[in-house]
Amino acid sequence: MDRELILDVRAVSYRYPETARDALAGVSLVARAGEVHAVLGPNGSGKTTLLRVALGLARPATGSAAILGQPAAAWSRRDLARIVGVVPQREDHLFPQRVRETVLLGRYPYLSVWGAERPEDQAAVDRALARCDVSSLATRWIWTLSGGEYQRVRLARALAQEPKLLVLDEPTASLDVRHEMELFELVRALADQDGLAVVLITHHVNLAARFADRVLLLADGRTAGDGAPADVLTRETVERVFAWPVSIASFDGRPQMIPLRKQEEHS
Amino acid sequence: MRWLGLMVVVVLALALAVVLGPAHVSLADLTTSDIVRSLRLPRALLAFLVGGSLALAGAGLQALVRNPLADPSLLGLSGGAGLGAVLAIALHLNSPWALPLAAFAGALGAMALVYRLGLVGGAELDPRILILAGVAVGAFTAAVTTALVSLSDAAELRNAFLWLWGGLSGASWDSVLLLCVYAPLPVAVLLAAARPLDLLALGEEPARHLGADVEAVKRRVYLAASLLTAAAVAVSGVIGFVGLVVPHAMRLLWGHRHRPLLPAAFLGGGALLALSDTVARVAVAPRELPVGIVTALIGVPVFVLLLRRWTAS
Repeated sequence: MDRELILDVRAVSYRYPETARDALAGVSLVARAGEVHAVLGPNGSGKTTLLRVALGLARPATGSAAILGQPAAAWSRRDLARIVGVVPQREDHLFPQRVRETVLLGRYPYLSVWGAERPEDQAAVDRALARCDVSSLATRWIWTLSGGEYQRVRLARALAQEPKLLVLDEPTASLDVRHEMELFELVRALADQDGLAVVLITHHVNLAARFADRVLLLADGRTAGDGAPADVLTRETVERVFAWPVSIASFDGRPQMIPLRKQEEHS
Repeated sequence: MRWLGLMVVVVLALALAVVLGPAHVSLADLTTSDIVRSLRLPRALLAFLVGGSLALAGAGLQALVRNPLADPSLLGLSGGAGLGAVLAIALHLNSPWALPLAAFAGALGAMALVYRLGLVGGAELDPRILILAGVAVGAFTAAVTTALVSLSDAAELRNAFLWLWGGLSGASWDSVLLLCVYAPLPVAVLLAAARPLDLLALGEEPARHLGADVEAVKRRVYLAASLLTAAAVAVSGVIGFVGLVVPHAMRLLWGHRHRPLLPAAFLGGGALLALSDTVARVAVAPRELPVGIVTALIGVPVFVLLLRRWTAS
């Protein structure tokens, strides 16, 4: 595999101050150009902490996190923002904003302190809007968007950063099936056609299994499995990690999880 | 067009401040009159600089503490300045610079205290704690100030009262020059933070992902806004509502992006205070209203309207 290695997190451990146990213990995660790497795990399993360590926002106690070969914490936020675009789980909208203004924020790491936005910045915004199919929304206020539109706009802002690595933290929480599928298809296309490396944190085991090249399964801050979906998402592993009986079926050559009803155990 | 309109308002406000006054100066004598040259002109310029500083500091602080109702006086600086000034009056310090220096020292003391309290875990500046600390320090200094005022004799009481409500009667070319030398650095720091403040409105973590050095931005904006406010309070006393109302008025016209908003707030704040000061000088001539009363009489109704809109949405 000679695809460019963008993110290389090796055996990191992290413990929040004044807590008794590690939030992460010996977890590794790699992201390569053109690949979608999904991170799965129950609530509190360390997904978001792993993200913070990978992006240099938290320093691991042991292990290392490197982006393009340089320690994540050694990057300036500005330089890193040109390499990594993030769609965070939550953000505030303190002041009302239009779609185009929001996407233009993605150009911040390219702008000088006093200089205005340049034609190339506007062009990057146009490309990002078009790529996410939200060009027609450019003049709309953010608060008038539907959930699916809103997520695509935030993805466009991350693309305006012209990153090599895209990180999405539960991008489809509270979206309906169509918008969920549209977003996953778009993310897959960004990896296949635009050569982006993608790290996707999600609760959707089945969508991760169908769209991701690799799956990292976390349980209590430890790696329960890392590899191709079919290798990681076995019945034994999934039942242990999510503490619920499941059945695994194969669809399109990908494992799909069906949670079982409690009664079916006894019959 | 909007900028042209704002510039016209600024020029008009300054022109009115120079032309109008209790003493009649004919238009023909305007350039040769001593009253205009040594009283009205420096006073108009000082009002403009102070109003601009307060409004700019207010706009920056609203984004920093992520609260659209923030105002420089919420950060305890005005309370500290008031305490310093009243102490100087109570101690009969009579040199012309004693009062502004004492007020400035009081404001810096309050700023240092609030900043220290706002540092959580010794490293990160927490804007929510910053506001609480500011309100607490403000309340405490106000209590001490009131105690001092209530114990002082009548003449001192009147002086202290007038100072606390703010006024530009102490304006001189010296104070204008002082502010012209002092203000550019904090003003430049705030204007340079315009784009990071746009990012900060999304939250600290999203701002970091977009490339902002959040801790540095918070420190710079807080210190620059505080230093501007401290100087403004030192030369003119406590002038309320300019820092709250003007940024909001400018948001209605320029939107929420800080690159146009911050300079617009400076110009708008300067124009409002120059106008208010003219009203303060002329309304009950030959006596003078404290300018803080005029800005509050204009500002409080606007504030109530904003509050109603804010709670309705």
